Amino acid sequence: MPDTSVPALAVGNVTKRFGGLVAVANMSFALTENEVLGLIGPNGSGKTTMMNLISGVLRPTSGQIRLYGDDIAGVGASRIATKGIARTFQLVRMLPSLTVLENVAAGGVFGHARRWGKELDEYAHGLLRRVGLPNAGSIAVSALTYIDQKRVELARALASDPKVLLLDEWLAGLNPTELKTGIALIEQLRAEGRTIIIVEHVMHAIRSLCDRCIVMNSGAKIAEGTPRQVLADGEVIRAYLGDADA
Amino acid sequence: MTDGTAPAVRGSITLSAREKRNLAIAALVLVATSIVPLVSSGYLLSITTSIVFYTALATSWMLFSGPTNYISLATAAFFGIGMYVVAWGIELMPYPVLIVLAALAGAALAVVVGLATLRISGVYFVIFSLGLAELVRQIMTWLQHVLGTLSGLYVLTDRTDEMYFWQLLALTGLIFLVGWWIGRSRLGFALRIIGNDEVVAVHSGINTARAKVVLFVISSTFAAITGALAAPRWSYVEPTVAFSPFLSFQVVIMALLGGVHRLWGPLLGVIPFTLLWELISAKFPAQTTLLLGASFLLIVYFIPHGVAGLIEDTLRQSPIASIRSALARWKSRNA
Amino acid sequence: MDIIIIGLLLGGTYALMAMGLQLQYGVARIMNLANGELLIAGAFGTFWFFAASHASPFYALIGIVPLAFVLNWAIYRILMLPLVRRARSQGQLEVDCILSTFGLSFILVGILLAIFGGEYLSYSYLAQPIFILGEPYGLNRVAAFLGSAALCIALYVWLHHTRAGLSLRAVSVNPSAAGLVSINVTQTSALAFGLGGAVTAAGGGLLSMFLTFDASLGVVFTLKALIIVILGGVSDIRGTIVAAFILGLAETAVATLVDPGLTLAAAYVLFMIILLVRPEGLFGRRST
Repeated sequence: MPDTSVPALAVGNVTKRFGGLVAVANMSFALTENEVLGLIGPNGSGKTTMMNLISGVLRPTSGQIRLYGDDIAGVGASRIATKGIARTFQLVRMLPSLTVLENVAAGGVFGHARRWGKELDEYAHGLLRRVGLPNAGSIAVSALTYIDQKRVELARALASDPKVLLLDEWLAGLNPTELKTGIALIEQLRAEGRTIIIVEHVMHAIRSLCDRCIVMNSGAKIAEGTPRQVLADGEVIRAYLGDADA
Repeated sequence: MTDGTAPAVRGSITLSAREKRNLAIAALVLVATSIVPLVSSGYLLSITTSIVFYTALATSWMLFSGPTNYISLATAAFFGIGMYVVAWGIELMPYPVLIVLAALAGAALAVVVGLATLRISGVYFVIFSLGLAELVRQIMTWLQHVLGTLSGLYVLTDRTDEMYFWQLLALTGLIFLVGWWIGRSRLGFALRIIGNDEVVAVHSGINTARAKVVLFVISSTFAAITGALAAPRWSYVEPTVAFSPFLSFQVVIMALLGGVHRLWGPLLGVIPFTLLWELISAKFPAQTTLLLGASFLLIVYFIPHGVAGLIEDTLRQSPIASIRSALARWKSRNA
Repeated sequence: MDIIIIGLLLGGTYALMAMGLQLQYGVARIMNLANGELLIAGAFGTFWFFAASHASPFYALIGIVPLAFVLNWAIYRILMLPLVRRARSQGQLEVDCILSTFGLSFILVGILLAIFGGEYLSYSYLAQPIFILGEPYGLNRVAAFLGSAALCIALYVWLHHTRAGLSLRAVSVNPSAAGLVSINVTQTSALAFGLGGAVTAAGGGLLSMFLTFDASLGVVFTLKALIIVILGGVSDIRGTIVAAFILGLAETAVATLVDPGLTLAAAYVLFMIILLVRPEGLFGRRST
């Protein structure tokens, strides 16, 4: 039974300003353990900024962020990674001069999970099998297709055995076949009980994967609920499509 | 660059066949070089001593500046400190103790400089390092002025030239050992990740600033030890001599010439450069500065990856290498 | 009190060489470690002119400024441009430029040594005292300061009130965006680089009126210019000017109260402080 008394992630009144621009305005939400939360909204609504605030790339101008009660706002990305938050990036970030196996292993040495030597080797191989790349270990990452690189990045994020996984538009740029495979992979993670925040534009993925959804627009939360509720909300439709279609 | 016989991730206790072979070669070279003083004295000993001396400095320089790409122009600052610790203490303490103290002094300065400059972009570090030797020299001169000591100090011991050679050789061996060990360690892995993508490194939990500082301290400590070893040989220690900017720059040139991405890279730069420099300073003593600058430019423009880089490029384009990588790609697509 | 006045006079004269470096780094994005040598060349050129003609060194600037401009412009086109073209990232470019200008500085020192030899050079010009607030100061220092101030103001006006100056400022803010509004970034960078060299050499000429120079002093001036630019914030020319005054004051204070041989230490202390407290500089903007 998931412990719902302490939320996995509690974001409280978080605001982020860049000079005069308010990228995130007074955002509050809670992520329960084992939940898959979707964070959606039109372009420029502040979703990736929110992810960057959670993963420690940016420091909030005000507000708190707590990981299982532990205050992590502004702590710094490497410490937050050690505390158990892992992420993928909008544009896949590979380590070009390392092999696929080393790319995956990189996530499992310094952060939340620390392995080394033979143990790390086997662990990384296991993760590669999990994401569907069982024999890719000694290949150079430049030889991989885009979806395979995304799998490697996912494996790298999983290597740290994170408490919270952030997927920043992980399904972007995939063709229909790859999309199916990708959604199935995330479905597996969800079935394992992983706590995940997904930022996405692919709506049918949101519908099938997310327990709950939060919609952002111009930095603020405009709707919260199940995907069905949220995607029927007039305000949300207006945000995406403008007044005529609401 | 992948090789099926290397361990997939470094850190296994057992060594691969390739690693054992490399270690054997290194040990052989070390033993062969140590025989030099026994078979000759005079010119051969002196030139080999020079080569070992610069190899120690260039390799320890590369330990930091290779993986991080932060160019340090401050070798002379640490070298000079090591020299001065010995020069000041030679009447008061036994020499081995002074060597340890020199190492500590170098490490202390490296910690201060590292913490101040390595958390920001590499450019600031380079600028800082540019004047560091000059700064330490000025402070040293002022200190001596204030303390009323003479500007130049004599360091006289009964150490022989052969002994000096073996000490330098032992130090160089240690530097290579440490460099090799770092390559197989978590620190080395962290540095490779940082060198590829610092954002990924940070998100993997690596404290990038600390990794760089640790590496910088290791590299600078070796430079200080080299200075401590050199003090009795140079016998007269004086600020302009101990903190000579030429030393810093020659070390950088040799390391870059040889190639900074392999442990044995700087060695490939030290040998030709030392020999060439002997020739040049004999024939054109007044133009050394100019030629030093010209060699910098030649390297930056024409051999940016050093001799080691040239060698590896030719090997990589070999038929064997391309067959191997094609095979690996085929395997993964048909998995 | 006289520390303050001398410090301000010195700082104002430093401002020129710092602005020269700022043009090169801020616009052309080249960290020019040979900048100090160009300053020395300006100083030596002025010395030589004065020794030969005994006319006011200010006239020397008429020849030195365009010569330095052409030299630096050529350096950019011949030496720096290939590096700019082949660099795959800003970091890579910075390292390449640092190494190459570093080597260049040696070549320039070698040339200066060959032409002028290794001795210290100085000359006596306007060495009479001028009285400010009751205390005597070297007229040469005041004259140099006024010359520097005039040139700084002229440069500032040019940058902010001409089209060419606008294109320079545009490139320093965002080179790719500047390219999109059909500013020729390469030409503008070359112009800025040349201009930076001219301004630096002029600064050297002015400094030569009251300082002694030798061929090896370049690196110290490069460092001081770098520290000033970093202290002020790389992108803002007002920061450079303020920082130049701060350095002038700090140096003079240390030289008078502690020891004249510790001027570089004073600069480094400022450097350390700004790196630890506010790495983007006084007027700089932190990149998130």
